[in-house]
Amino acid sequence: MRFTKDHEWVAVEGDVATVGITAYAAEQLGDVVFVEVPEVGKTVKQGDGLAVVESVKAASDVYAPVSGEVVEANTALGDAPETVNSVPEAGGWFAKLKLSNPSEVEALMDRDAYEAFLSTL
Amino acid sequence: MSMNSVGRPTRPETANDAAGAHETLTGARGLLQDEALIFELGGWDKTGVDLPDASASADDLDSLLRTAPIGLPGLSEPETVRHYVRLSQKNHAIDLALYPLGSCTMKHNPRLNEKMARLPGFSDIHPLQPQSTVQGALQLMDRLAHWLKTLTGMPAVALTPKAGAHGEMCGMLAIRAAHEANGQGHRKTVLAPTSAHGTNPATAAFVGYTVVEIAQTEDGRVDMADLESKLGDHVAAIMVTNPNTCGLFERDIVEIARLTHAAGAYFYCDGANFNAIVGRVRPGDLGVDAMHINLHKTFSTPHGGGGPGAGPVVLSEALAPFAPTPWLVHGDDGFSLVEHAGEEGAETAFGRLSAFHGQMGMYVRAYAYMLSHGADGLRQVAEDAVLNANYLKARLSDVMSPAFPEGPCMHEALFDDSWLEGTGVTTLDFAKAMIDEGFHPMTMYFPLVVHGAMLIEPTETESRQELDRFVEALRALAGAAKAGDVERFKGAPFHAPMRRLDETLAARKPRLRWKPVAEAPLAAE
Amino acid sequence: MRYLPLTPEDRAQMLGVIGVDSIDALFVDVPASAQRSGTVDLPLHAGELEVEREMAALAKRNRSAGEGPFFCGAGAYRHHVPATVDHIIQRSEFLTSYTPYQPEIAQGTLQVLFEFQTQVAALTGMEVANASLYDGSTAAAEAVMMATRVTRRNKAVMSGGVHPHYVETIDTLAHAAGVATERLAVAIDAEDAVIAAIDADTACVVVQTPNVFGTATDVTKIAAAAQAAGALLIVVTTEVVSLGLLKSPGEMGADIVVAEGQSIGNGLNFGGPYVGLFACKEKYIRQAPGRLCGETVDADGRRGFVLTLSTREQHIRRDKATSNICTNSGLCALAFSIHMSLLGEVGLRQLAAINHEKARALRDALAAIPGVEILTPRFFNEFAIRVPGNAADMVETLAGHGIIAGVPFSRLDAHAGLDDVLLVAATETTLDIDITFFSKVLAKVVAQ
Repeated sequence: MRFTKDHEWVAVEGDVATVGITAYAAEQLGDVVFVEVPEVGKTVKQGDGLAVVESVKAASDVYAPVSGEVVEANTALGDAPETVNSVPEAGGWFAKLKLSNPSEVEALMDRDAYEAFLSTL
Repeated sequence: MSMNSVGRPTRPETANDAAGAHETLTGARGLLQDEALIFELGGWDKTGVDLPDASASADDLDSLLRTAPIGLPGLSEPETVRHYVRLSQKNHAIDLALYPLGSCTMKHNPRLNEKMARLPGFSDIHPLQPQSTVQGALQLMDRLAHWLKTLTGMPAVALTPKAGAHGEMCGMLAIRAAHEANGQGHRKTVLAPTSAHGTNPATAAFVGYTVVEIAQTEDGRVDMADLESKLGDHVAAIMVTNPNTCGLFERDIVEIARLTHAAGAYFYCDGANFNAIVGRVRPGDLGVDAMHINLHKTFSTPHGGGGPGAGPVVLSEALAPFAPTPWLVHGDDGFSLVEHAGEEGAETAFGRLSAFHGQMGMYVRAYAYMLSHGADGLRQVAEDAVLNANYLKARLSDVMSPAFPEGPCMHEALFDDSWLEGTGVTTLDFAKAMIDEGFHPMTMYFPLVVHGAMLIEPTETESRQELDRFVEALRALAGAAKAGDVERFKGAPFHAPMRRLDETLAARKPRLRWKPVAEAPLAAE
Repeated sequence: MRYLPLTPEDRAQMLGVIGVDSIDALFVDVPASAQRSGTVDLPLHAGELEVEREMAALAKRNRSAGEGPFFCGAGAYRHHVPATVDHIIQRSEFLTSYTPYQPEIAQGTLQVLFEFQTQVAALTGMEVANASLYDGSTAAAEAVMMATRVTRRNKAVMSGGVHPHYVETIDTLAHAAGVATERLAVAIDAEDAVIAAIDADTACVVVQTPNVFGTATDVTKIAAAAQAAGALLIVVTTEVVSLGLLKSPGEMGADIVVAEGQSIGNGLNFGGPYVGLFACKEKYIRQAPGRLCGETVDADGRRGFVLTLSTREQHIRRDKATSNICTNSGLCALAFSIHMSLLGEVGLRQLAAINHEKARALRDALAAIPGVEILTPRFFNEFAIRVPGNAADMVETLAGHGIIAGVPFSRLDAHAGLDDVLLVAATETTLDIDITFFSKVLAKVVAQ
C-alpha cells in the first residue's frame, strides 16, 4: 500500500490500483455522511479530483493519487457511507483505476514514510 | 443559591437538574408541548377560512384540472394558532436574551418598523402598477438611497439585492462588467483573505473568478506584503471585510485600496460589519468601490428565522453605470424607474437580479430605523456596539483567551479555544452549555483562521445589566470547565426544548419531508 | 435615544473597565484621514410620533390596491391574507430569531421549515422541496444553474411564455456563470415550441404555466421530450394558487419546479420580500441550492429537526458551493405555511375555484367591449387582452378614473411589439362591482 500527502492510499494488483482515504483522514473528517464516487470509464490524471467525501461539517475532494481509467467504483458507499469510517483502508475504498503510468506508484510514500509524515503534522 | 438582584432566592438549594430522571408521560416539558406535525393533526377535511362558494365550473380547463388529492391538511383557526404558538416557544430570540452571534448583528428589532411596513400605502401596492400611483414608495426608496449614500460617502447605490450574498453578487457583477467595458476582461482572479465569509469565495467563483487567498498577519489583519505580491494585471478585484471577521479594523485599509487601484483592480468591501462604524466612518473615505449593506444587520430589519434580508450595494463612480435595473431616477414629473438594461439611463446595466424592485418591506423598516436614530443616534450605535464588545472582551479576558489581545476590537470580540486546552471541553460543548444557561451561543469555528473560534457580538442594544449577566454566566461556565465538570458540557444542553441533535443521522438518511405512508422512527446508530 | 440602553454613566464606567479614557481610544485603528469628528449631514434622531408622521405622508402618496378596482398580476397577486398569519409571524420567537444553527433552541423554526417543505412538495407534486429561496425569479435562475450541474451541459432553453423579468434574471446569472441561454420568441400559447429547440447541449428547458399571458399548459409532452434528450424540465409558476385547481407540474413530469409563493400568506409589498418555492426530484437533491431541513433524533431519542446536507452550501464549500446563497426567506415561508395550514386542501381548492370564477367573469365583461380582444385561450386567474392603442397609455388614463387596470406587456418587455397588450388578473378580492366599473370605463376609453 502506498500513500499521498493528501491522505489517499493506493493498493496495486496487476495493473489495477484501488484507491481510498487513510484512517487518519477518515478520523479527521469525522462521521462520513456522503460519498460521491466517479463514473466508470472516467479518465483521470494524477492530482485530478476523483471523488468527494462529506461529513456533517466538511466536504473534501479526494484526488487521484495515480493516473488511469476508472474501472470500478464502490457504489455500496451510497447506502453505507459509514464504511469509510469503520474500514477506511479496506471496504471503504472509492474506486479502482487501471493504471496508465505505473511508475507513479513507486514515487508515492510507503507506510513508514507516511507515518513519519503524519508525525510532522 | 441563585439570587435575583434584590437578594431573594430564585430557586431551591437542591435543584433537581437530572432532566432524564422524571420523563413526563406525554413527552411535554412543562409549558413546552410535544407538538405533532401539522400533517399528524388530522385536518384532512378541515379549513380555517370561510370562503364563499364558487358557482361556475372550470370546464374550460378540461384535462388541465387536478384530479388527485394534493395532500394538504387544514386546521380551524384556534388549532392553527395553537400549533404555531406552541412551536414558537421552542425558539430562542433576540427578544428573550442576548444573542451574541458574531458577524450576524442580532440587535433589537423596533416594532415601529413593523407598524410602518404594514401601512397599506407600502404593503398593499403592486410592483407594476402605474408609477404615477406609487410616487411615495419611489420617494421612500430615493430617501433610503440618500441616507445610505451619505452614511457611506459613496455616490450611488443599487437597492435591489435581496440579501447580503445577493449584494455581493451584484457588486462582483458590476466589477466584471466594468472590466469588460474597459478592455480588462482578461482579469480573472479575486483576492480574499482566509478569514473571509464563505459567501465571498462562493460569489467570486460563481461569477467566473478564481479565488486566491491573502495571508493574514499575526495581529489579524491583511498581510500587506502578501497582498502586494499577489496583485497584478490578472487581478479583477479584492474582497475584504472591514471591520474584518476577526472583529478588527484593517489599519492599512487606505493603503490596501491604493495598491488595489494601482494594480487596476477594484476594491469590494464586505459590509457585514458596518454596524461597528456606521455614522462614524464612511467607507467612501477608505477607497472602497463597492460594498453591500445588510439592512437586516446594521439597520435592524428582523432576521425572521433566516430571512428575508436585504443587501443594497453602494457603488463608486467607476462602477455605478453598471448597476442592475431597475434604477430610480428623479425627473421633472417626479420619480420613475428605468426597468430594463439598455434603456436610457441604464445603457450599461449588467442585467437584473430579481423580478421586481427588491425588498420594499425591508426598505420601509430600515428607513424608519434611520429616521428614528438620525445622524447622531447612528453614530452612537457604532460607538455603543464597539464599547459593548470591548467591555465583554475586558471582562472575559482573564478566564478565556482572546485571539488578538493587543489593542481594541471593534463590534465583536474573538476568542480562541486555547483556554479550554486540557479540560476535555470543546468550543462546541461550551456553546451547548451556554444554551442551558439561557443564552444563545456565539458564532463558533468562524473565522477559520482562529482555532476553535468563538466570535461574540453583543450589539449596542444590550444594557449593561444584560452584559453583566452574560459575563457572569460565561465566567461561571469557564470555571466549571476548568474545574473538570466535563459532563455539564459533554451532555449539554440538558434544559433546552431538545437535547443535542444527531446531525450525522440526518445527513446519512435524509428525510426532508413528512410522508403519508408511515415510516419507521429514525434511531441513532 | 429609545433603542440604546446604555446611560452616560454606564459608558463612563465601562470605558474604565476597559482601561481607556474615551470612546475615541477604541477607534484608534481607523486611519486619521477617515476619522470624522462630527455627525454626517443627515437629520438628527426623531421620536416615534415624528417618524410615523413622515412615513404616513409617504404612504399616502401611494394608491393602495385595496382602495378600489385593481387588476394587476404579472407575477404578484393580491389575495386576502387571514389576520392570524400576520399575528403569528410577529411573535418574537419567529420574528427575532436567527437562522436555526442551534437546533436545540430553534425547533420552532425548524419544524415549520419541515412542514413548509412538505407542503411545497405536495403542492407542486414533487418528491422534495427546499426551505425557500429569495423569490420566484431567483429560484428560476438557481434551477437553471442546478440543471447544468446535474446534466453537465451548458445551455438553457426558455419558452416565449416565461415572464420577461424572470428571463432577464436567469440571463444575468447564466451570463455570469458562463451558461448559454436561448429564449424563444414571445408567444401567448406556445410552450411546446421548446421541444424543437432541444439539442445535445441542452441542460434544461424552462417553461411557465400559467405563463406570463396567463395561458395554462399541459407540459407532459415537454417533459417526455426533454428527458428523452437527457435534459431536465423546469416548470415555473408565478401564481401558486393556481395549483389548487390545476394539475401539478410534478404530475406532468417536471424535474424541477420553481414558483413565486407570495400569493399565499404574503402581501404585495411593492415587489418584496417574497418567497421562492423550489422543489425537485429526490435524486437531484444534492445539487439543489439553498437550505434544507431534515428529520433526526436528539440524544434522548426524541424526534427533532436540523438543517442538513449543508456541505452543499457556501459556509462549508466556499468556492465550490452549489450557490452563494446564505439566506432563505424564512418569515415569508412561515407566512406561507400558516396560510396554507389555515386553508388546507379544502380551502385551497375553493380559493382557486373562486379565482377562476372571478377571472371568467372579468373575461366575459371585457370580451363584450367592441375593440377589445381576449388573447389567452386557457387561463386560471389572469389573461391578456388586446386593446386598440397603447396599453400603457390606457392604464394611465384608467388610473385617472381610480382603476388600476393591469400590467401593460410593454412594461415587462418593450421590444416584443406587444404595446397593445394588457395583462389583467382577478382574485377573490375582486368585487363584481369592480369588474362592472372597469369594463364600463374601459369601453368609454376605447371608444374615444
